[in-house]
Amino acid sequence: MSYAFDFGWVAAYFPVILKGLWITVELTLVGAVAGVALGTACAWTRSLGPRALRPVVAAYVELIRNTPFLIQLFFIFFGLPALGLRLSELEAANLAMVVNLGAYSCEIIRAGIEATPRGQFEAGLSLGMSRFETFRHVVLIPAMQRIWPALSSQIVIVMLGSAAVSQIAAEDLTFAANFIQSRTFRAFETYFVSTLIYLALAILLRQVLRGLGWTLFPRRTAR
Amino acid sequence: MNRRYFLSLAAGLVAAAGLVQAPDLARADALADITARGTLRVAVPQDFPPFGSVGADMTPQGYDIDVAQLLADKLGVRLELTPVTSANRIPYLQTDKVDLVISSLGKNAEREAVIDFSDAYAPFYNGIFAPAEVAVAAIEDLKGHSVGVTRGSVEDLEISKLVGDDVEMKRYEDNNGTISSFLSGQVDVIATGNVVAAAILARNPPKRPELKFLIKNSPCYIGMNKEEPALKAKVNEIIAAAKADGSLDAISEKWLGYTLPKDL
Repeated sequence: MSYAFDFGWVAAYFPVILKGLWITVELTLVGAVAGVALGTACAWTRSLGPRALRPVVAAYVELIRNTPFLIQLFFIFFGLPALGLRLSELEAANLAMVVNLGAYSCEIIRAGIEATPRGQFEAGLSLGMSRFETFRHVVLIPAMQRIWPALSSQIVIVMLGSAAVSQIAAEDLTFAANFIQSRTFRAFETYFVSTLIYLALAILLRQVLRGLGWTLFPRRTAR
Repeated sequence: MNRRYFLSLAAGLVAAAGLVQAPDLARADALADITARGTLRVAVPQDFPPFGSVGADMTPQGYDIDVAQLLADKLGVRLELTPVTSANRIPYLQTDKVDLVISSLGKNAEREAVIDFSDAYAPFYNGIFAPAEVAVAAIEDLKGHSVGVTRGSVEDLEISKLVGDDVEMKRYEDNNGTISSFLSGQVDVIATGNVVAAAILARNPPKRPELKFLIKNSPCYIGMNKEEPALKAKVNEIIAAAKADGSLDAISEKWLGYTLPKDL
């Protein structure tokens, strides 16, 4: 192999990479927290909530799950201004990620809720808990515990999918890699470095989510 | 030494004489050749709208084709178009397959060494474009505006050298992203080439990009062989007349959506 590697540019463009990394982390944090919150609310509506709202939530979930993330992003960023709503690229990126994760996590959490044995609801009510307390302690926490691996996977997928926001000039890590490549023409090195960073981020995120699961769900099944 | 031998020898000599051509004493007058032949042969592009492309009925159409027709009309001869690519347009000229190259040809030192250029006949530049209401007249005025540009393009590299951190540069992956961001109002101003601006204008959008100032100017010239002073003078004369009487403006308006810049 006669290709001459050159990583000298890393020092010069380090601030660009750092900024891109920060934007990706921010998008992931906001997307994960708000997305899971939205997903929980939607899952509750679809399984235990008011019947009138269920078709609305179902329409939202099906729309988001059956269209590509990039199209959703372009619609929010390039399409909504025609309807009068102009968002900056970071606002649009955050919104797209929250909406996207909300739909997927709704289905994942709903699976957990619907796997709760009917008897648990009755047990909670018979212990004098209100419907809300029953939901929170008896239904939701065990449901989340059940589906936590699937939900963590989806969060990591959405984090990796955040690479698409580079298409609307949001300066995330992929944008940083593309930008550096267009200045140094070192495609192999730039994408190699950004791949390593994404890999590290994904592994870190998985560990964080796993740790979060251990702390939040004390009653784990015996191994 | 029989009759057959002498006959074949004679045939060979005649063939050889036919192949040897008398030196072309009047080589340096392509203009006279064109007039005598009654045809002007022009190399034009077929894959680069709006300068040259193929219409739905497979006829060539574009800025360069219209200019070629203008020249042929003024010279009083028929026009014969030859489609060429960027790679073979100059070799076609050098091997006398065409008389002129009208193919969004830019002038540079390497080409100057082998062919001659006429005066400029079409604008080809990168600049800052914005709707009429946005008032930017120079690089300094970009402060506080968001500037959309295609990542890695000539405009990106030039502008990035000239502006500081106070200008929000939004770099999109391709021309379509830049165009979309302009039309949706996500950026106030775009840095792009006049061909892209013409493409936007052709769609008759509500926001019309107007040139605010130039970044880099590389107008199009007509290419012709070296040592053709009569042809060069005549072509320049026709171009100057067309600029004066507005016919070149009309072609520019038709294909690029705006009239010629003053300093062409």
